[in-house]
Amino acid sequence: MSTPSTAIGIAAAVRSGSMSAVDAVEQSLERIGASDGDIGAFLTVTASSARDEAAAIDAAVASGSDPGPLAGVPIAIKDNMCTRGIPTTCASRMLDGWLPPYDATVISRLRTAGAVIVGKTNLDEFAMGSSTENSAFGVTKNPHDPTRVPGGSSGGSAAAVAAGFVPVSLGSDTGGSIRQPAGLCGVVGVKPTYGAVSRLGLVAFASSLDQIGPFAGNVADAAVVLEAIAGHDPGDSTSIPEPFGPLGAAVPRGVEGMRVGRITDLPAGADPDVTERFEAAFDALADAGADIVDVEVPAFTYGLTAYYLIAPAEASSNLARYDGVRYGHRVAAPDTDAMYVATRTDGFGAEVKRRILLGTYALSAGYYDAYYGKAQRVRRLIADDFARAYTHADVLLTPTAPTVAFEIGAKSDDPLAMYLCDTYTIPSNLAGHPAMSVPFGTGADGLPVGVQVLAPAVGEATMFAVGAALERAMGAQR
Amino acid sequence: MAGRITDDDVAHVARLARLGLDPDDVQRAVAELGAVLEHFADIDALELDAVEPMAQPYPLTNVLREDVVTTSLDRDEVLAQAPDAVDGRFAVPPILGDGA
Amino acid sequence: MTERWTYEGFEMVVGLEVHVELDTATKLFSGSANRFGDDPNVHIDPVTLGLPGALPVLNARAVELGARIGLALGCTVQACVFARKNYFYPDMPKAYQISQYDKPLNIDGRLALSDGTVIGVERAHLEEDTGKSTHLGGSGRIHGSEGSLIDFNRAGVPLVEIVSRPDIVSPDQAREYVSELRAILVAIGASDARMEEGSMRVDANVSVRRPGEPLGTRCEIKNVNSVRSLGRAIDAEARRQVALITAGESVVQQTRHWDEGDGRTHALRSKEDADDYRYFPDPDLVPFVPSAEWIDEVRSALPPLPAKRRAALAVLCGVAADTEAVMTVVERGQDAYVAEVATHGADAARALVHVKEAFAELGARPRVPASDLAALVAMESSGAVTATQAKTLLGDLIDAGGGDPAALAAQRGFEAMDDGELVALVDAAIAAEPDAWQKYCAGEDKAMGALVGHVMKASRGQADGKAVSALLVSRRS
Ligand SMILES: [Mg+2]
Ligand SMILES: [Zn+2]
Repeated sequence: MSTPSTAIGIAAAVRSGSMSAVDAVEQSLERIGASDGDIGAFLTVTASSARDEAAAIDAAVASGSDPGPLAGVPIAIKDNMCTRGIPTTCASRMLDGWLPPYDATVISRLRTAGAVIVGKTNLDEFAMGSSTENSAFGVTKNPHDPTRVPGGSSGGSAAAVAAGFVPVSLGSDTGGSIRQPAGLCGVVGVKPTYGAVSRLGLVAFASSLDQIGPFAGNVADAAVVLEAIAGHDPGDSTSIPEPFGPLGAAVPRGVEGMRVGRITDLPAGADPDVTERFEAAFDALADAGADIVDVEVPAFTYGLTAYYLIAPAEASSNLARYDGVRYGHRVAAPDTDAMYVATRTDGFGAEVKRRILLGTYALSAGYYDAYYGKAQRVRRLIADDFARAYTHADVLLTPTAPTVAFEIGAKSDDPLAMYLCDTYTIPSNLAGHPAMSVPFGTGADGLPVGVQVLAPAVGEATMFAVGAALERAMGAQR
Repeated sequence: MAGRITDDDVAHVARLARLGLDPDDVQRAVAELGAVLEHFADIDALELDAVEPMAQPYPLTNVLREDVVTTSLDRDEVLAQAPDAVDGRFAVPPILGDGA
Repeated sequence: MTERWTYEGFEMVVGLEVHVELDTATKLFSGSANRFGDDPNVHIDPVTLGLPGALPVLNARAVELGARIGLALGCTVQACVFARKNYFYPDMPKAYQISQYDKPLNIDGRLALSDGTVIGVERAHLEEDTGKSTHLGGSGRIHGSEGSLIDFNRAGVPLVEIVSRPDIVSPDQAREYVSELRAILVAIGASDARMEEGSMRVDANVSVRRPGEPLGTRCEIKNVNSVRSLGRAIDAEARRQVALITAGESVVQQTRHWDEGDGRTHALRSKEDADDYRYFPDPDLVPFVPSAEWIDEVRSALPPLPAKRRAALAVLCGVAADTEAVMTVVERGQDAYVAEVATHGADAARALVHVKEAFAELGARPRVPASDLAALVAMESSGAVTATQAKTLLGDLIDAGGGDPAALAAQRGFEAMDDGELVALVDAAIAAEPDAWQKYCAGEDKAMGALVGHVMKASRGQADGKAVSALLVSRRS
C-alpha cells in the first residue's frame, strides 16, 4: 500500500488511524536527510521537536480527540516567521542564532490545526530578492535543475515542496515572493488578500505589502493550509475582520460561465515559451466553459516602479531596529553610534543595504513628495484600474514570471534585471489583492512554467476555482 | 522631480541609515540607485495631483484594543538573546552626543 | 496682567512643548503594564522591545484620554494617522517612534491664563515614550560615561505632546501656562502630570527679537524639571541670546540643556542629521476616525475644569480666585468638600482655610465627614472655642476620622471663658506689664503682643486671642 503524499491524504490517514503522524514526519525527515544536502532548502531542521509533536498527535488520535484538519502533516516554514525557541534568521547574519521568545500567529494556528513543523527554509535575506541567492547561509537549488535558482525570495519553501520533502510549506510574498518561486519550481503558491492572514510574527520587509501564504503540490492542499492560517487576528491592526469564503468547496466548482480577463495592455517581456503556456491556459479555461474577455489595466505597467520605492521605503524603517542593542548581531565599537554603523554594515548583505539606501533616500527630507508620495498615488491608480477591470471579469490571468528558472549567478550582478522577475506579480501586492501561481506545463529545457490567477480582494474562492480548473486541465493533457 | 542622485546624497542617506560605505561602495550605490530612480521617469510624467495617496491596501479604521494588561515576556529569556546585558538591563557602549 | 519680559530693548517669544504620560493601565500599542518603580525590563513584550515581527495595536483608553485633553483645551478632535519618526537611539527600540505628524488627534486649542491672556495650542498628539538609559561610571552623566544600561519598562508608555503657539512673552507666563495645564490634566484624570517625576516634561522654544521685528532664531531647552526652573531657564536663555546679538554674533538653532547648578543652558553636541526624521504613515496601524457621537460622549464626560472650579470656590468663600488657598484646594480636588461643609451652614471661608492648612494629605475625599468639620467651624465662629483650640480639635477629628467636635472639646477641657473671666485676665495683664500698656496707649500697636501673650499664658491658651485684642482696643480708646 502506498502511503499518501498530499496534505489532505496524510491528514485523513492520520485522523483515521491508518497512518501515524510519527511515520508521516519520519518520512519527511528521511527525505530531507537524504537529499537536502543537494538542494539546500532548509536552514534548520527541527527533527526532535517534530517527532515529539507527531507523537502527541498520535496520542490525541488514540484518545479520540480531534487533532485538526492538518493532523500529522509535515510543513516547512520560511525562516522569516517567528518560532519560539527555534532559530529565526531571515537568512541574515544580523539574526544568526536568534531564538524568538514568541510564535507568529500562523505558527500557533498551524499547531492548532495539527500540522508538524519540520524545519525553517532558506530565503533571500529579509525576503529581498527573486532567486534565494541573497541568503547569508547559502544558495538553494531548483529541484528540477540544480544549476538553476528556485526563484525567491521564498525559494527554500518552494524547493522543499518541489523536492517532495514536505507536502506543504509557508512563504511570504511582498512583490511575488511566493508566486514567482512557485512558478519556477512547478508547485502551487498563493498570496492571499492583504489582511487575510495575520502578519504578527512575520519579520517585516514592507508592511503594507507583506502577506504569508502556502506552497503546495496541488490546489486543494493549498486551500486547506490557507484556511488553517487565515482569519481575523486582533494582534494585527491590518487584519481584515471577514476574509474569504470557504475554499474547499470552491476547488471542484469549475469555471462554467466565469469571466476570465485577458489584460490587453499587459507589459511585454515574457519569453515565448512562457507566453505559449499562458495562451494555452486561456484555451484550457475556455474549453472548461469560461468566457475569455479583454480588459485594460493601464497602471499595471507602473507597478514595478512604484513598488521599488514603496517597498524599500518601508523596509528602510522596518530594518532600522537591527541595531545590535536588544538581540542579534553586534560588532563591538567604542561608542554606541559607531557600534550601530559597524553592526549594520557587517550584518546586512549587499541587496539589503541597497534597498535600505534607496528607501531612506525616497523618504528623506525634500524627496518624500517626489518619490514616496508619488508612488503611493500610483498605487491608488493601480487599485482603481483593477477595480474597473473586475467589473468586466471575475479573474485575470497573467504569466507568473517572464522566464523559466534561470541559471544560478545569471542575474546576481544586475539588480534591475532581477527586479524585472516580479513585473507580473507586484501589482497584486500594491492593490492588496489575492493571486496564485499554478503550474501549467513546461517551457524551455523542460522547466516548469506557472500561470498566475488574479482576483479582487477576498476573491480567493473564485481564484481557487480557476486554479483548480487549470490543474485539472493539465491532468487531462498529460 | 528631483535631480540625479549624487555622491553626497548617498553619503547622507548612508549616515541616516547607519551604514558604512567606503568610496567604492558610494560609487556603486550612486550607479545602482541612479538606475532604479531613472525608471521613475515613467511615473513622473503622470498627472497625479488629484489622486489620493494609498497608504494601505485595505481601508480599515478605528482598530483598537481594550486597556487590559497582558503577561510580560520573561526577562531572562529576552536578555539571554541580548548581545550584552547587566543587572537586568541591556548594555551598550557609551552614548555620545545628543539623542533626538 | 503679567508683564512682557524685556531686556536691553529685546522681547522674548516662547512656545512650549509639553509631554505628559497618560494614566492608562497599559502601553500605547501593547498590553504590557504602564507602571513605574518596578525592576527593570519586567513590563516588556515584542512591541515594547521592537522584536522582529511585532505589531502595534492602539490602546482605546489612551485615545480617549488624548481626546479628553484636546477637548479640555478647546481643540478640534479629528481623524488622525500615526506616523513613524525615524531616528537611532538606544532607548528607542524600533529606531522609530510612533507619533502623529500631519494628521494629529487634536488641533487648534487654547489655554486661558488668570489675567485673561489666551495662549494658543497648536496641536496635542499621541505618541509613545522611550525607554530609560542609565549612564555608568564617571559623573553618571552622558558625557564621559563608560557605557549605558537600558530599561524598557517606560518604552511605549502613552504620551500626549501638547504644543503651544509661540504666544508666551515672559517666564511668568510660561510658568503659569504649565501650572494651569497641569491643573487641567490632573482634574480630567488624564495624567498625574508630575514634573519632578518625569510624568510631565516641558521643552521650551525660546527666541528674542526687537519689538516689531520678525521671529528670531530659536533654541530648544530640554531637561527642565520644575515649574520654577522653567522660568529661570527661559530667562537665562533669552538673556544669552540677547547678549549674543548685541555682541554682533548670531543665535544658532540648537537644542540646549538647562543646568540647574550653574543656572545656564548648555549646547548639546548636535548631529548634522538630527532632524531628517523621514516621517511617513505607519503601515502597521490604521487611521483613527472619531465619530461626532464619540466626541460628544467624551466631551460630556469632562468634569468641570480648574478655572471654573476656582471661580466657584472663590465666590462661595468670598475671596479672590487667585488666592493661594483657592488654588491649592482646587488643585487637591477638595473644593467640592469645602462646598459640602458650607451646605451644613458653616462659614465657607473659615472651612477653606482649615482644609488648605490641615488636609494636604487627605486627597479629594477627606475622611473627616463634612458635617463634623461644619460643626467645628460653627463652634469657632460662635466663639465656643478659640482658633487655636479649633486647630487642635481638627487634628483630633483627622486622627479619628471624624467625631463630634463638642464632645472632643469637652474631653480636652476646652470651655469658652465667660466675659468676666476674660476682663479679669486683661486687667491682670495690664497690671503686670505697665511698660507695654503705656507704649500701647502711646500708639505703639506692636506693644499689644506682650499683653495678649500674658493673657494667653495665664489662661494656658484657652483665651480667644481675637476677643483679647478686641478688649484691649476698646480699653485704650
Ligand atoms: Mg517635540
Ligand atoms: Zn514628542
